[in-house]
Amino acid sequence: MRVSSRETVISPKSFGVFHLAEIVRFRELFYIFSWRDIKVRYKQTFLGIFWVIFQPLVTTIIFTVFFGNFAKIPSGDLPYPLFVLTGLVFWNYFSNSVSHAANSMIENESIIKKVYFPKIILPLSSLLTGFIDFLINLFILFIFAVVTGHSPNLRIIYLLPFSILVTIFSSSGIGLFLASVNVKYRDVRYILPFFIQILLFITPVIYPLSILSPSHKIYMAFNPMSGAVEASRGIFSGTTPDFFLLTVSAVSSLLILIAGFVYFSKTEKFFADIV
Amino acid sequence: MKPIIEINKLSKKYKYGVSQPYYSLRDSLTNWITDPVKVLAGNKKTDMGQFWALKDIDLNVKEGEIVGIIGRNGAGKTTLLKVLSRITPPTEGKAVLRGRVASLLEVGTGFHPELTGRENIFLNGAILGMSRVEVRKKFDDIVDFAEIERFLDTPVKRYSSGMHMRLAFAVAAHLEAEILLIDEVLSVGDTAFQQKSLGKMENISQSGRTILFVSHNLGMVKKLCLKGIIIKDGRSSKLTAIDELINTYQQSRQTSSASIRLNRYNLEFINFRVNGISVKDEPEVFPESQMEITAEYKGSGNKSYDLCLSFALRKKEDYTLMYYSHNHLENVRHMTEKKGSISLRFHLPHVSPGKYTLETQIWLDGNLVTDGFEMGDLTVVSAPAFASHKSFANFPAHLLIPSLWRIRK
Repeated sequence: MRVSSRETVISPKSFGVFHLAEIVRFRELFYIFSWRDIKVRYKQTFLGIFWVIFQPLVTTIIFTVFFGNFAKIPSGDLPYPLFVLTGLVFWNYFSNSVSHAANSMIENESIIKKVYFPKIILPLSSLLTGFIDFLINLFILFIFAVVTGHSPNLRIIYLLPFSILVTIFSSSGIGLFLASVNVKYRDVRYILPFFIQILLFITPVIYPLSILSPSHKIYMAFNPMSGAVEASRGIFSGTTPDFFLLTVSAVSSLLILIAGFVYFSKTEKFFADIV
Repeated sequence: MKPIIEINKLSKKYKYGVSQPYYSLRDSLTNWITDPVKVLAGNKKTDMGQFWALKDIDLNVKEGEIVGIIGRNGAGKTTLLKVLSRITPPTEGKAVLRGRVASLLEVGTGFHPELTGRENIFLNGAILGMSRVEVRKKFDDIVDFAEIERFLDTPVKRYSSGMHMRLAFAVAAHLEAEILLIDEVLSVGDTAFQQKSLGKMENISQSGRTILFVSHNLGMVKKLCLKGIIIKDGRSSKLTAIDELINTYQQSRQTSSASIRLNRYNLEFINFRVNGISVKDEPEVFPESQMEITAEYKGSGNKSYDLCLSFALRKKEDYTLMYYSHNHLENVRHMTEKKGSISLRFHLPHVSPGKYTLETQIWLDGNLVTDGFEMGDLTVVSAPAFASHKSFANFPAHLLIPSLWRIRK
């Protein structure tokens, strides 16, 4: 018999303390949950993986017809379809991550009640699942941009990582917070679609930030997704995004991440009792 | 050497209100509006019922010991395993586990119906704490044990419940851990597989691993464990040799009357009779005769439930299950009324004489409300069994089947 040096102490205080080592130890579970979600999602569907690109493409077409052609919303030096698709790729990653993370605890209730593992793995793995879709969409976006004659410029080096990180930070923060609240209050289920819809309107996805007066822009930037979407357009557009606004969004996304994380860690220990 | 499991005054308190499946934001808002003082005063919900699911549990287990944990439903056995598995935190006290812990509170946790058997082995393994390398190493053993080679690439949703169970147990049985916490998992599946699982468990125990084993099945506890504890109302007895423990446990159960009160359902099973005689009076029955078991109940509420009731006969000396049936098996449906009874009639074959325990399980609207409740004992009297007039008393088999010997020259 192999003698293990591992010692587990269980006391009221040993719970709710964040151990990075624990997450590292359970890292395989992190992949396996994502892998499971990816595997399961398109089983028994006719279009399969095509669904990943279906949603942003159809939305782009509809938005282009209504907001681009009829409402004539300005889109700077980019054609409206490219303008809106860029925003949608990031926006969809954000909204899918938030809603999957928010429901992750409830969907895995039976596991939470019967097995121990750091529960933060569940919402985080749904972020990883969404990331795969996001990469596919990003690939489509670049093809579309090149085809329409708007190859990415050099600013991609910092603007792309910036947009991705801000999106990940803010969706993790909000996702963790909602996942935890959802365990106790199932109201989240009803609020969530509404919340995401409202957020879409206050994020410059279908319109450019430039249609707002400078004094209003600053309020918009508190919504970190404003910064992410604006920055992502700078990859194809000739105009440099406003760095002050990007900084505000970046700080805001970090604060959201920390708040979500702290709230989740504090409430995590009671999940198995109340879910 | 330090004990591998050291539990010191471990306690867990639950509030009645919190055990609700979920409640809405509105309730919390109402609390704020109607009684902001109380909410601000720090959530002292004094009006809320509290109870200790576990209270001052002390237990030291040495490496390689297999400890049985027995007790009635709701006594706190599962809660103890949940606290030790770190699923739920204790309220007071401390426990130290020296070694890798694997807990098995339910077989097949996290199985996904859409995934294939192969994929589920990896998924379930990972959830139970096995690494991919470990699962790969044990993969063939798991598949062999579960006997599902041909269906490895079929989605689990197309498995029979037996196959599902076998696969789930097979993964769990191959867990590498110094400490195993096991809850009731062996009590499912067909008898052949149960025997196989029990054999596997004995193997595990011989390899020097420490096991805490919760079960209702005293026969299995007796077979697997040398020592054990009884948990009653959240408190635990001292660690005792298993035979003595089971005797104490049965004596404590014998004082209970042959009635079951289900307060939550406003239903009471007032008496169980065997051939008209209450089990309280230890009825006697003859082998090779008609036997009738009746459960009488009365209800005080207006609600009617779909009743499913099982009767089981267990040989008292070694807990062998001799007979089992429930009314849904025979497609007999019964909705409870204000007062009624349900009875079962069968031909008792020539079983070995001695004391038998009569057990029942009750489901109301499909929910198991009492599991393995012992209603009382009955005696099967000794009857002439062989042409040689030898008695059945020391006969090795449980069932005597009329047989004919022939000699040819």
